[in-house]
Amino acid sequence: MTRLRLGLAILILLAAAAVAAPWVAAWLGVDPEVPDLLTRQSGPSAAHPLGTDELGRDILARLLFGARVSLAVGLAAALASTTIGLAAGLLAAWLGGWVDAVLMRLADGLLALPALPLLVLLAAMDPATIGLPRGGALADVLRIVLILAIFGWVGVARLSRAAAISVLARDHVRAARALGVGEARLLRRHVAPALAAPLTVAGSLAVAGAILAESTLSFLGLGIQPPASSWGNMLANAQDLVFSAPMAALWPGLAIAAAVAGAMLVADGLRREDALR
Amino acid sequence: MLRMIAWRLPQIVATLVILSLAAWLAIGAMPGDPISLAMMADPRLGPADIERMRALHGLDQPLIARWWAWASGVLHGEFGYSRLFARPAAEVLWPALRGSLALLGAALAIAATLGIAAGMLAALRPRWRAPVDAVALVSQALPSFWLGILLIILFAVTLGWLPAGGTPDSGSAVEAARFLILPVATLAIAHLAAYARHTAAAMAEVLRAPWITAARARGAPESRIAFRHALPNAAVPLLSILALDAGALVSGALITETVFARPGMGKLLTDAVMGNDHNLALLALLLVAGTTLLATLAADLAQRALDPRLGRDG
Repeated sequence: MTRLRLGLAILILLAAAAVAAPWVAAWLGVDPEVPDLLTRQSGPSAAHPLGTDELGRDILARLLFGARVSLAVGLAAALASTTIGLAAGLLAAWLGGWVDAVLMRLADGLLALPALPLLVLLAAMDPATIGLPRGGALADVLRIVLILAIFGWVGVARLSRAAAISVLARDHVRAARALGVGEARLLRRHVAPALAAPLTVAGSLAVAGAILAESTLSFLGLGIQPPASSWGNMLANAQDLVFSAPMAALWPGLAIAAAVAGAMLVADGLRREDALR
Repeated sequence: MLRMIAWRLPQIVATLVILSLAAWLAIGAMPGDPISLAMMADPRLGPADIERMRALHGLDQPLIARWWAWASGVLHGEFGYSRLFARPAAEVLWPALRGSLALLGAALAIAATLGIAAGMLAALRPRWRAPVDAVALVSQALPSFWLGILLIILFAVTLGWLPAGGTPDSGSAVEAARFLILPVATLAIAHLAAYARHTAAAMAEVLRAPWITAARARGAPESRIAFRHALPNAAVPLLSILALDAGALVSGALITETVFARPGMGKLLTDAVMGNDHNLALLALLLVAGTTLLATLAADLAQRALDPRLGRDG
Protein backbone atom coordinates (compact mmCIF):
# COMPACT_ATOMS: atom_id res chain seq x y z
CA MET A 1 0.00 0.00 0.00
CA THR A 2 2.71 2.46 1.00
CA ARG A 3 4.69 1.49 -2.10
CA LEU A 4 1.73 2.11 -4.36
CA ARG A 5 1.08 5.50 -2.73
CA LEU A 6 4.73 6.53 -2.82
CA GLY A 7 5.06 5.53 -6.48
CA LEU A 8 1.84 7.29 -7.47
CA ALA A 9 2.92 10.39 -5.52
CA ILE A 10 6.21 10.55 -7.42
CA LEU A 11 4.51 10.11 -10.80
CA ILE A 12 1.76 12.66 -10.03
CA LEU A 13 4.40 15.17 -8.91
CA LEU A 14 6.33 14.68 -12.15
CA ALA A 15 3.12 14.93 -14.19
CA ALA A 16 2.26 18.17 -12.40
CA ALA A 17 5.74 19.49 -13.21
CA ALA A 18 5.21 18.55 -16.86
CA VAL A 19 1.86 20.35 -16.98
CA ALA A 20 3.28 23.43 -15.26
CA ALA A 21 6.31 23.68 -17.58
CA PRO A 22 5.13 26.60 -19.80
CA TRP A 23 3.93 28.64 -16.79
CA VAL A 24 7.19 28.20 -14.92
CA ALA A 25 9.15 29.16 -18.05
CA ALA A 26 6.92 32.23 -18.55
CA TRP A 27 7.24 33.20 -14.89
CA LEU A 28 11.04 32.95 -15.06
CA GLY A 29 10.96 34.74 -18.40
CA VAL A 30 13.08 32.07 -20.16
CA ASP A 31 12.66 30.04 -23.34
CA PRO A 32 14.03 26.48 -22.90
CA GLU A 33 15.01 26.24 -26.58
CA VAL A 34 16.74 29.57 -27.16
CA PRO A 35 20.50 29.62 -26.48
CA ASP A 36 22.15 32.59 -24.78
CA LEU A 37 25.89 32.13 -24.97
CA LEU A 38 26.64 35.04 -22.65
CA THR A 39 25.06 33.26 -19.67
CA ARG A 40 26.29 29.73 -20.44
CA GLN A 41 27.12 27.33 -17.62
CA SER A 42 26.10 29.76 -14.90
CA GLY A 43 25.43 28.47 -11.42
CA PRO A 44 22.08 28.65 -9.64
CA SER A 45 20.70 32.21 -9.40
CA ALA A 46 17.35 33.99 -9.04
CA ALA A 47 16.92 34.13 -12.83
CA HIS A 48 17.99 30.49 -13.35
CA PRO A 49 17.22 28.44 -10.18
CA LEU A 50 19.22 25.42 -11.41
CA GLY A 51 21.69 27.36 -13.53
CA THR A 52 22.16 27.16 -17.31
CA ASP A 53 23.64 24.56 -19.66
CA GLU A 54 26.57 24.89 -22.07
CA LEU A 55 24.43 26.92 -24.49
CA GLY A 56 23.04 29.19 -21.80
CA ARG A 57 19.59 27.59 -21.74
CA ASP A 58 17.73 27.44 -18.43
CA ILE A 59 18.18 23.95 -16.91
CA LEU A 60 14.98 24.05 -14.83
CA ALA A 61 12.83 24.94 -17.84
CA ARG A 62 14.47 22.24 -19.97
CA LEU A 63 13.98 19.73 -17.15
CA LEU A 64 10.25 20.55 -16.90
CA PHE A 65 9.69 20.42 -20.66
CA GLY A 66 11.71 17.19 -20.71
CA ALA A 67 9.25 15.70 -18.23
CA ARG A 68 6.50 16.09 -20.87
CA VAL A 69 8.49 14.06 -23.40
CA SER A 70 9.64 11.35 -20.98
CA LEU A 71 6.22 10.80 -19.41
CA ALA A 72 4.41 10.92 -22.76
CA VAL A 73 6.81 8.38 -24.30
CA GLY A 74 6.63 6.18 -21.20
CA LEU A 75 2.84 6.08 -21.05
CA ALA A 76 2.25 5.82 -24.80
CA ALA A 77 4.87 3.10 -25.33
CA ALA A 78 3.55 1.10 -22.37
CA LEU A 79 -0.01 1.42 -23.68
CA ALA A 80 1.04 0.32 -27.18
CA SER A 81 3.14 -2.63 -25.90
CA THR A 82 0.38 -3.78 -23.56
CA THR A 83 -2.30 -3.57 -26.25
CA ILE A 84 -0.27 -5.47 -28.87
CA GLY A 85 0.95 -7.98 -26.28
CA LEU A 86 -2.56 -8.60 -24.95
CA ALA A 87 -3.93 -9.12 -28.46
CA ALA A 88 -1.10 -11.50 -29.41
CA GLY A 89 -1.29 -13.42 -26.13
CA LEU A 90 -5.07 -13.82 -26.27
CA LEU A 91 -4.93 -14.87 -29.90
CA ALA A 92 -2.24 -17.47 -29.13
CA ALA A 93 -4.10 -18.87 -26.12
CA TRP A 94 -7.54 -18.80 -27.70
CA LEU A 95 -6.75 -20.12 -31.18
CA GLY A 96 -3.81 -22.36 -30.23
CA GLY A 97 -2.31 -24.55 -32.96
CA TRP A 98 -0.07 -22.92 -35.53
CA VAL A 99 -1.08 -19.35 -34.62
CA ASP A 100 0.19 -20.03 -31.11
CA ALA A 101 3.38 -21.68 -32.40
CA VAL A 102 4.22 -18.86 -34.84
CA LEU A 103 3.54 -16.07 -32.32
CA MET A 104 5.54 -17.72 -29.55
CA ARG A 105 8.54 -18.56 -31.78
CA LEU A 106 8.47 -14.92 -32.93
CA ALA A 107 8.52 -13.89 -29.27
CA ASP A 108 11.43 -16.28 -28.50
CA GLY A 109 13.38 -14.92 -31.46
CA LEU A 110 12.87 -11.31 -30.35
CA LEU A 111 13.93 -12.21 -26.79
CA ALA A 112 17.09 -13.89 -28.08
CA LEU A 113 18.14 -10.78 -30.00
CA PRO A 114 20.36 -8.13 -28.45
CA ALA A 115 17.71 -5.45 -27.80
CA LEU A 116 19.80 -2.31 -27.54
CA PRO A 117 21.80 -2.54 -30.80
CA LEU A 118 18.55 -3.26 -32.66
CA LEU A 119 16.76 -0.37 -30.97
CA VAL A 120 19.63 1.79 -32.15
CA LEU A 121 19.27 0.44 -35.70
CA LEU A 122 15.52 1.11 -35.76
CA ALA A 123 16.00 4.56 -34.25
CA ALA A 124 18.56 5.42 -36.92
CA MET A 125 16.27 4.49 -39.80
CA ASP A 126 14.67 7.27 -41.82
CA PRO A 127 11.09 7.52 -40.49
CA ALA A 128 9.83 8.57 -43.93
CA THR A 129 10.51 5.11 -45.40
CA ILE A 130 7.75 3.62 -43.25
CA GLY A 131 5.41 6.54 -43.81
CA LEU A 132 6.00 8.46 -40.59
CA PRO A 133 6.40 12.23 -40.52
CA ARG A 134 9.95 13.53 -40.31
CA GLY A 135 11.23 16.21 -37.94
CA GLY A 136 9.62 17.90 -34.95
CA ALA A 137 9.30 16.75 -31.36
CA LEU A 138 5.91 15.09 -31.88
CA ALA A 139 7.24 13.02 -34.79
CA ASP A 140 10.21 11.96 -32.64
CA VAL A 141 7.91 10.87 -29.82
CA LEU A 142 5.74 8.87 -32.24
CA ARG A 143 8.81 7.19 -33.75
CA ILE A 144 10.28 6.22 -30.35
CA VAL A 145 6.94 4.87 -29.13
CA LEU A 146 6.64 2.70 -32.23
CA ILE A 147 10.19 1.36 -31.90
CA LEU A 148 9.77 0.55 -28.20
CA ALA A 149 6.48 -1.25 -28.89
CA ILE A 150 8.18 -3.55 -31.43
CA PHE A 151 10.21 -5.09 -28.61
CA GLY A 152 7.89 -4.29 -25.69
CA TRP A 153 4.93 -6.50 -26.59
CA VAL A 154 6.81 -9.80 -26.07
CA GLY A 155 6.71 -9.93 -22.28
CA VAL A 156 3.04 -8.94 -22.10
CA ALA A 157 2.15 -11.51 -24.78
CA ARG A 158 3.74 -14.39 -22.87
CA LEU A 159 2.14 -13.27 -19.64
CA SER A 160 -1.38 -12.89 -21.04
CA ARG A 161 -1.08 -16.13 -23.00
CA ALA A 162 -0.15 -18.07 -19.85
CA ALA A 163 -2.94 -16.45 -17.81
CA ALA A 164 -5.55 -16.97 -20.54
CA ILE A 165 -4.58 -20.61 -21.08
CA SER A 166 -4.86 -21.36 -17.37
CA VAL A 167 -8.31 -19.71 -17.20
CA LEU A 168 -9.62 -21.41 -20.34
CA ALA A 169 -8.56 -24.80 -18.96
CA ARG A 170 -10.51 -24.39 -15.70
CA ASP A 171 -13.56 -26.57 -15.18
CA HIS A 172 -16.13 -23.80 -14.78
CA VAL A 173 -14.98 -22.18 -18.05
CA ARG A 174 -15.10 -25.48 -19.91
CA ALA A 175 -18.53 -26.07 -18.41
CA ALA A 176 -19.67 -22.64 -19.59
CA ARG A 177 -18.37 -23.41 -23.07
CA ALA A 178 -20.13 -26.78 -23.07
CA LEU A 179 -23.35 -24.99 -22.12
CA GLY A 180 -23.06 -22.94 -25.30
CA VAL A 181 -21.82 -19.64 -23.90
CA GLY A 182 -20.45 -17.55 -26.80
CA GLU A 183 -16.72 -17.03 -27.18
CA ALA A 184 -16.98 -13.24 -26.83
CA ARG A 185 -18.89 -13.56 -23.59
CA LEU A 186 -16.41 -16.18 -22.38
CA LEU A 187 -13.50 -13.81 -22.97
CA ARG A 188 -15.33 -10.93 -21.32
CA ARG A 189 -16.70 -12.75 -18.26
CA HIS A 190 -13.86 -15.14 -17.42
CA VAL A 191 -10.63 -14.29 -19.20
CA ALA A 192 -10.68 -10.49 -18.87
CA PRO A 193 -11.00 -10.38 -15.04
CA ALA A 194 -8.17 -12.89 -14.63
CA LEU A 195 -5.91 -10.80 -16.88
CA ALA A 196 -6.62 -7.41 -15.30
CA ALA A 197 -4.24 -7.71 -12.34
CA PRO A 198 -1.13 -9.10 -14.11
CA LEU A 199 -1.67 -6.65 -16.99
CA THR A 200 -1.70 -3.55 -14.79
CA VAL A 201 1.53 -4.75 -13.13
CA ALA A 202 3.15 -5.47 -16.51
CA GLY A 203 1.87 -2.13 -17.82
CA SER A 204 3.47 -0.09 -15.05
CA LEU A 205 6.74 -2.02 -15.45
CA ALA A 206 6.54 -1.21 -19.17
CA VAL A 207 6.26 2.51 -18.33
CA ALA A 208 9.50 2.26 -16.33
CA GLY A 209 11.25 0.36 -19.12
CA ALA A 210 10.08 2.80 -21.81
CA ILE A 211 11.24 5.88 -19.88
CA LEU A 212 14.66 4.27 -19.40
CA ALA A 213 14.88 3.21 -23.07
CA GLU A 214 13.87 6.66 -24.36
CA SER A 215 16.48 8.34 -22.20
CA THR A 216 19.12 5.90 -23.46
CA LEU A 217 18.27 6.52 -27.13
CA SER A 218 18.18 10.28 -26.60
CA PHE A 219 21.51 10.10 -24.76
CA LEU A 220 22.97 8.36 -27.82
CA GLY A 221 21.54 11.15 -30.00
CA LEU A 222 18.94 8.93 -31.70
CA GLY A 223 15.85 9.82 -29.70
CA ILE A 224 14.33 13.25 -29.19
CA GLN A 225 16.31 15.75 -31.25
CA PRO A 226 17.42 19.11 -29.87
CA PRO A 227 16.40 21.92 -29.51
CA ALA A 228 13.43 20.07 -27.96
CA SER A 229 14.56 18.80 -24.58
CA SER A 230 14.30 15.34 -23.07
CA TRP A 231 16.04 14.06 -19.96
CA GLY A 232 18.15 11.79 -22.11
CA ASN A 233 19.36 14.41 -24.59
CA MET A 234 20.13 16.83 -21.75
CA LEU A 235 22.76 14.26 -20.72
CA ALA A 236 24.12 13.78 -24.24
CA ASN A 237 26.83 16.39 -23.69
CA ALA A 238 27.29 15.68 -20.00
CA GLN A 239 30.19 13.37 -20.63
CA ASP A 240 32.19 15.96 -22.54
CA LEU A 241 31.56 18.44 -19.75
CA VAL A 242 32.54 16.30 -16.75
CA PHE A 243 35.58 18.47 -16.14
CA SER A 244 34.03 21.92 -16.60
CA ALA A 245 30.44 21.43 -15.46
CA PRO A 246 29.97 18.22 -13.46
CA MET A 247 26.78 19.52 -11.86
CA ALA A 248 24.97 19.66 -15.21
CA ALA A 249 24.75 15.86 -15.20
CA LEU A 250 22.94 15.77 -11.86
CA TRP A 251 19.35 16.90 -12.45
CA PRO A 252 18.30 15.03 -15.61
CA GLY A 253 19.70 11.75 -14.22
CA LEU A 254 17.87 12.24 -10.93
CA ALA A 255 14.65 12.95 -12.83
CA ILE A 256 14.98 9.74 -14.89
CA ALA A 257 15.76 7.68 -11.79
CA ALA A 258 12.78 9.19 -9.92
CA ALA A 259 10.34 8.52 -12.77
CA VAL A 260 11.56 4.93 -13.27
CA ALA A 261 11.53 4.22 -9.54
CA GLY A 262 8.02 5.70 -9.28
CA ALA A 263 6.65 3.44 -12.01
CA MET A 264 8.41 0.39 -10.50
CA LEU A 265 7.01 1.17 -7.03
CA VAL A 266 3.53 1.31 -8.54
CA ALA A 267 4.12 -2.09 -10.19
CA ASP A 268 5.43 -3.56 -6.92
CA GLY A 269 2.56 -2.12 -4.92
CA LEU A 270 -0.05 -3.45 -7.37
CA ARG A 271 1.56 -6.90 -7.27
CA ARG A 272 1.44 -6.98 -3.48
CA GLU A 273 -2.19 -5.79 -3.40
CA ASP A 274 -3.07 -8.58 -5.80
CA ALA A 275 -1.17 -11.17 -3.74
CA LEU A 276 -3.06 -10.06 -0.60
CA ARG A 277 -6.37 -10.47 -2.36
CA MET B 1 16.25 -35.32 -21.55
CA LEU B 2 17.62 -36.55 -24.88
CA ARG B 3 14.15 -36.33 -26.36
CA MET B 4 13.93 -32.70 -25.29
CA ILE B 5 17.30 -31.88 -26.88
CA ALA B 6 16.26 -33.64 -30.08
CA TRP B 7 13.01 -31.62 -30.11
CA ARG B 8 14.48 -28.23 -29.25
CA LEU B 9 17.72 -28.21 -31.29
CA PRO B 10 15.97 -28.22 -34.69
CA GLN B 11 13.72 -25.41 -33.44
CA ILE B 12 16.78 -23.39 -32.48
CA VAL B 13 18.36 -23.95 -35.89
CA ALA B 14 15.11 -22.96 -37.63
CA THR B 15 14.81 -19.81 -35.50
CA LEU B 16 18.40 -18.85 -36.36
CA VAL B 17 17.85 -19.40 -40.10
CA ILE B 18 14.69 -17.26 -40.15
CA LEU B 19 16.40 -14.66 -37.96
CA SER B 20 19.37 -14.43 -40.32
CA LEU B 21 17.06 -13.97 -43.32
CA ALA B 22 15.02 -11.29 -41.52
CA ALA B 23 18.16 -9.45 -40.40
CA TRP B 24 19.68 -9.69 -43.89
CA LEU B 25 16.57 -8.18 -45.49
CA ALA B 26 16.30 -5.48 -42.81
CA ILE B 27 19.91 -4.38 -43.27
CA GLY B 28 19.45 -4.52 -47.03
CA ALA B 29 16.43 -2.22 -46.76
CA MET B 30 18.61 0.55 -45.37
CA PRO B 31 19.79 3.08 -47.94
CA GLY B 32 23.35 2.95 -49.28
CA ASP B 33 25.64 0.14 -50.43
CA PRO B 34 29.42 -0.04 -50.98
CA ILE B 35 29.03 1.24 -54.55
CA SER B 36 27.26 4.40 -53.40
CA LEU B 37 30.18 5.00 -51.05
CA ALA B 38 32.60 4.55 -53.96
CA MET B 39 30.50 6.96 -56.03
CA MET B 40 30.69 9.61 -53.31
CA ALA B 41 34.44 9.18 -53.15
CA ASP B 42 35.05 9.42 -56.91
CA PRO B 43 33.01 11.87 -59.05
CA ARG B 44 34.35 10.42 -62.34
CA LEU B 45 32.43 7.12 -61.99
CA GLY B 46 29.77 6.92 -64.72
CA PRO B 47 26.64 4.77 -64.93
CA ALA B 48 28.52 2.10 -66.94
CA ASP B 49 31.25 1.77 -64.30
CA ILE B 50 28.63 1.48 -61.61
CA GLU B 51 26.81 -1.28 -63.46
CA ARG B 52 30.09 -3.16 -63.87
CA MET B 53 31.06 -2.73 -60.20
CA ARG B 54 27.64 -3.86 -59.03
CA ALA B 55 27.95 -7.02 -61.11
CA LEU B 56 31.52 -7.56 -59.88
CA HIS B 57 30.42 -7.46 -56.23
CA GLY B 58 27.24 -9.44 -56.91
CA LEU B 59 25.13 -6.44 -55.87
CA ASP B 60 23.00 -6.73 -59.03
CA GLN B 61 21.56 -9.92 -57.55
CA PRO B 62 18.33 -9.70 -55.54
CA LEU B 63 18.79 -9.57 -51.73
CA ILE B 64 17.41 -13.05 -51.26
CA ALA B 65 19.94 -14.55 -53.70
CA ARG B 66 22.75 -12.78 -51.84
CA TRP B 67 21.46 -14.19 -48.56
CA TRP B 68 21.44 -17.66 -50.12
CA ALA B 69 25.05 -17.25 -51.24
CA TRP B 70 26.01 -16.07 -47.77
CA ALA B 71 24.17 -18.95 -46.08
CA SER B 72 25.82 -21.61 -48.23
CA GLY B 73 29.18 -20.00 -47.45
CA VAL B 74 28.43 -20.19 -43.71
CA LEU B 75 27.64 -23.89 -44.05
CA HIS B 76 31.18 -24.33 -45.39
CA GLY B 77 32.62 -22.33 -42.51
CA GLU B 78 33.08 -19.18 -44.67
CA PHE B 79 31.77 -16.10 -42.87
CA GLY B 80 32.93 -13.66 -45.51
CA TYR B 81 34.71 -10.34 -45.29
CA SER B 82 33.71 -7.36 -43.17
CA ARG B 83 33.07 -4.40 -45.42
CA LEU B 84 33.86 -1.78 -42.77
CA PHE B 85 37.20 -3.27 -41.75
CA ALA B 86 38.20 -4.98 -45.02
CA ARG B 87 39.22 -8.07 -43.07
CA PRO B 88 37.59 -11.49 -42.53
CA ALA B 89 34.50 -10.96 -40.36
CA ALA B 90 35.54 -13.63 -37.84
CA GLU B 91 38.93 -11.93 -37.42
CA VAL B 92 37.26 -8.58 -36.67
CA LEU B 93 34.86 -10.17 -34.25
CA TRP B 94 37.42 -11.88 -32.05
CA PRO B 95 39.02 -8.91 -30.21
CA ALA B 96 35.61 -7.33 -29.56
CA LEU B 97 34.30 -10.62 -28.20
CA ARG B 98 37.31 -10.94 -25.90
CA GLY B 99 36.77 -7.41 -24.58
CA SER B 100 33.09 -8.06 -23.89
CA LEU B 101 33.74 -11.42 -22.23
CA ALA B 102 36.20 -9.83 -19.80
CA LEU B 103 33.95 -6.88 -18.99
CA LEU B 104 30.62 -8.73 -18.80
CA GLY B 105 32.12 -11.85 -17.23
CA ALA B 106 33.52 -9.91 -14.28
CA ALA B 107 30.41 -7.72 -13.94
CA LEU B 108 27.93 -10.59 -14.10
CA ALA B 109 29.93 -12.76 -11.70
CA ILE B 110 29.95 -9.92 -9.16
CA ALA B 111 26.28 -9.09 -9.78
CA ALA B 112 25.19 -12.72 -9.37
CA THR B 113 27.26 -13.31 -6.22
CA LEU B 114 26.26 -10.07 -4.47
CA GLY B 115 22.67 -10.23 -5.74
CA ILE B 116 22.09 -13.81 -4.58
CA ALA B 117 23.72 -13.06 -1.22
CA ALA B 118 21.55 -9.95 -0.77
CA GLY B 119 18.43 -11.85 -1.79
CA MET B 120 19.17 -14.65 0.71
CA LEU B 121 19.79 -12.08 3.42
CA ALA B 122 16.45 -10.42 2.70
CA ALA B 123 14.59 -13.75 2.80
CA LEU B 124 16.33 -15.13 5.91
CA ARG B 125 16.60 -11.96 8.01
CA PRO B 126 13.35 -9.95 7.88
CA ARG B 127 15.07 -6.83 9.18
CA TRP B 128 17.23 -6.74 6.05
CA ARG B 129 14.28 -6.91 3.71
CA ALA B 130 13.52 -3.21 3.44
CA PRO B 131 17.15 -2.11 2.86
CA VAL B 132 17.74 -4.81 0.21
CA ASP B 133 14.47 -3.85 -1.52
CA ALA B 134 15.51 -0.20 -1.52
CA VAL B 135 18.97 -0.94 -2.96
CA ALA B 136 17.46 -3.16 -5.67
CA LEU B 137 14.94 -0.45 -6.59
CA VAL B 138 17.61 2.24 -6.86
CA SER B 139 19.99 0.03 -8.84
CA GLN B 140 17.23 -0.80 -11.33
CA ALA B 141 16.06 2.80 -11.67
CA LEU B 142 19.47 4.38 -12.34
CA PRO B 143 20.12 4.79 -16.06
CA SER B 144 23.45 3.06 -16.64
CA PHE B 145 24.91 5.87 -18.76
CA TRP B 146 24.20 8.34 -15.95
CA LEU B 147 25.68 6.02 -13.31
CA GLY B 148 28.79 5.64 -15.48
CA ILE B 149 29.17 9.43 -15.79
CA LEU B 150 28.69 9.89 -12.04
CA LEU B 151 31.37 7.27 -11.32
CA ILE B 152 33.72 9.03 -13.75
CA ILE B 153 33.07 12.40 -12.09
CA LEU B 154 33.69 10.94 -8.62
CA PHE B 155 36.58 8.53 -9.11
CA ALA B 156 38.34 9.88 -12.18
CA VAL B 157 37.76 13.64 -12.13
CA THR B 158 37.41 14.54 -8.43
CA LEU B 159 39.51 11.87 -6.72
CA GLY B 160 41.76 10.98 -9.65
CA TRP B 161 42.09 7.37 -8.49
CA LEU B 162 41.02 5.58 -11.65
CA PRO B 163 41.19 6.21 -15.42
CA ALA B 164 38.04 7.76 -16.92
CA GLY B 165 37.93 5.26 -19.78
CA GLY B 166 39.77 3.66 -22.66
CA THR B 167 42.15 0.72 -22.55
CA PRO B 168 45.65 0.49 -21.09
CA ASP B 169 48.75 0.96 -23.29
CA SER B 170 50.87 -1.55 -21.42
CA GLY B 171 49.92 -5.19 -21.15
CA SER B 172 50.25 -5.48 -17.38
CA ALA B 173 47.35 -7.18 -15.60
CA VAL B 174 47.19 -4.56 -12.85
CA GLU B 175 46.78 -1.76 -15.41
CA ALA B 176 44.09 -3.74 -17.22
CA ALA B 177 42.25 -4.28 -13.94
CA ARG B 178 42.41 -0.55 -13.09
CA PHE B 179 40.72 0.27 -16.40
CA LEU B 180 38.06 -2.39 -15.75
CA ILE B 181 36.95 -1.28 -12.27
CA LEU B 182 34.57 1.57 -13.20
CA PRO B 183 32.83 -0.10 -16.18
CA VAL B 184 32.52 -3.37 -14.26
CA ALA B 185 31.01 -1.50 -11.28
CA THR B 186 28.53 0.30 -13.58
CA LEU B 187 27.33 -2.97 -15.12
CA ALA B 188 27.36 -4.96 -11.88
CA ILE B 189 25.14 -2.40 -10.13
CA ALA B 190 22.68 -2.48 -13.02
CA HIS B 191 22.46 -6.30 -13.09
CA LEU B 192 22.50 -6.88 -9.33
CA ALA B 193 18.87 -5.94 -8.74
CA ALA B 194 17.34 -8.75 -10.81
CA TYR B 195 19.33 -11.41 -8.93
CA ALA B 196 18.51 -9.91 -5.52
CA ARG B 197 14.78 -9.60 -6.25
CA HIS B 198 14.36 -13.05 -7.74
CA THR B 199 16.46 -14.78 -5.06
CA ALA B 200 14.51 -13.05 -2.29
CA ALA B 201 11.17 -14.03 -3.83
CA ALA B 202 12.19 -17.64 -4.56
CA MET B 203 13.78 -18.14 -1.13
CA ALA B 204 10.77 -16.70 0.69
CA GLU B 205 8.54 -19.07 -1.27
CA VAL B 206 10.73 -22.12 -0.55
CA LEU B 207 11.07 -21.28 3.16
CA ARG B 208 7.30 -21.59 3.55
CA ALA B 209 7.39 -25.21 2.32
CA PRO B 210 6.42 -27.92 4.81
CA TRP B 211 9.68 -29.82 4.38
CA ILE B 212 11.60 -26.78 5.67
CA THR B 213 9.46 -26.86 8.82
CA ALA B 214 10.16 -30.60 9.00
CA ALA B 215 13.91 -30.00 8.72
CA ARG B 216 13.68 -27.38 11.50
CA ALA B 217 11.69 -29.81 13.65
CA ARG B 218 14.41 -32.43 13.18
CA GLY B 219 16.83 -29.89 14.60
CA ALA B 220 18.80 -29.09 11.42
CA PRO B 221 20.90 -25.94 11.95
CA GLU B 222 19.65 -22.76 10.19
CA SER B 223 22.76 -22.50 8.00
CA ARG B 224 22.21 -26.04 6.69
CA ILE B 225 18.55 -25.28 6.03
CA ALA B 226 19.51 -22.12 4.13
CA PHE B 227 22.28 -23.56 1.95
CA ARG B 228 21.43 -27.25 1.61
CA HIS B 229 17.62 -27.23 1.64
CA ALA B 230 16.41 -23.81 0.49
CA LEU B 231 19.04 -22.47 -1.94
CA PRO B 232 19.10 -25.39 -4.44
CA ASN B 233 15.30 -25.21 -4.69
CA ALA B 234 15.28 -21.45 -4.98
CA ALA B 235 17.89 -21.71 -7.75
CA VAL B 236 15.38 -23.20 -10.23
CA PRO B 237 13.85 -19.86 -11.36
CA LEU B 238 17.25 -18.12 -11.11
CA LEU B 239 18.62 -20.28 -13.93
CA SER B 240 16.36 -18.50 -16.45
CA ILE B 241 17.93 -15.13 -15.62
CA LEU B 242 21.40 -16.65 -15.82
CA ALA B 243 20.55 -17.93 -19.31
CA LEU B 244 19.42 -14.50 -20.52
CA ASP B 245 22.57 -12.95 -19.05
CA ALA B 246 24.67 -15.49 -20.95
CA GLY B 247 23.37 -13.74 -24.06
CA ALA B 248 24.39 -10.38 -22.59
CA LEU B 249 27.87 -11.82 -22.02
CA VAL B 250 28.27 -12.14 -25.78
CA SER B 251 26.21 -9.17 -26.95
CA GLY B 252 28.28 -6.80 -24.85
CA ALA B 253 27.06 -3.58 -23.30
CA LEU B 254 26.70 -0.80 -25.85
CA ILE B 255 26.16 1.99 -23.30
CA THR B 256 28.96 1.04 -20.92
CA GLU B 257 31.35 0.44 -23.82
CA THR B 258 30.42 3.86 -25.28
CA VAL B 259 30.70 5.80 -22.01
CA PHE B 260 34.04 4.21 -21.10
CA ALA B 261 35.38 4.06 -24.68
CA ARG B 262 36.12 0.33 -24.61
CA PRO B 263 36.08 -1.96 -27.63
CA GLY B 264 33.35 -4.60 -27.38
CA MET B 265 30.52 -6.47 -29.03
CA GLY B 266 27.86 -3.85 -28.28
CA LYS B 267 29.76 -1.20 -30.21
CA LEU B 268 30.80 -3.62 -32.97
CA LEU B 269 27.27 -4.88 -33.47
CA THR B 270 25.89 -1.35 -33.68
CA ASP B 271 28.61 -0.16 -36.05
CA ALA B 272 28.17 -3.21 -38.28
CA VAL B 273 24.39 -2.84 -38.49
CA MET B 274 24.57 0.93 -39.06
CA GLY B 275 27.42 0.56 -41.56
CA ASN B 276 25.48 -1.86 -43.76
CA ASP B 277 28.17 -4.49 -43.08
CA HIS B 278 26.08 -7.62 -43.73
CA ASN B 279 28.71 -10.26 -43.05
CA LEU B 280 29.93 -8.81 -39.77
CA ALA B 281 26.46 -7.91 -38.48
CA LEU B 282 25.04 -11.34 -39.28
CA LEU B 283 27.96 -13.18 -37.69
CA ALA B 284 27.63 -11.12 -34.50
CA LEU B 285 23.83 -11.40 -34.41
CA LEU B 286 23.90 -15.16 -34.93
CA LEU B 287 26.53 -15.56 -32.24
CA VAL B 288 24.42 -13.61 -29.74
CA ALA B 289 21.08 -15.20 -30.64
CA GLY B 290 22.61 -18.69 -30.81
CA THR B 291 24.24 -18.28 -27.40
CA THR B 292 21.00 -17.02 -25.85
CA LEU B 293 18.89 -19.81 -27.33
CA LEU B 294 21.39 -22.53 -26.34
CA ALA B 295 21.76 -21.07 -22.85
CA THR B 296 17.96 -21.06 -22.48
CA LEU B 297 17.92 -24.73 -23.50
CA ALA B 298 20.71 -25.50 -21.02
CA ALA B 299 18.78 -23.66 -18.28
CA ASP B 300 15.64 -25.66 -19.06
CA LEU B 301 17.63 -28.91 -18.88
CA ALA B 302 19.28 -27.88 -15.60
CA GLN B 303 15.90 -26.87 -14.16
CA ARG B 304 14.54 -30.30 -15.02
CA ALA B 305 17.54 -31.93 -13.37
CA LEU B 306 17.01 -29.84 -10.21
CA ASP B 307 13.24 -30.32 -10.19
CA PRO B 308 12.24 -33.62 -11.83
CA ARG B 309 8.53 -32.68 -11.60
CA LEU B 310 9.00 -30.23 -14.49
CA GLY B 311 9.98 -33.06 -16.82
CA ARG B 312 6.81 -35.10 -16.60
CA ASP B 313 4.82 -33.41 -19.32
CA GLY B 314 7.43 -32.91 -21.90
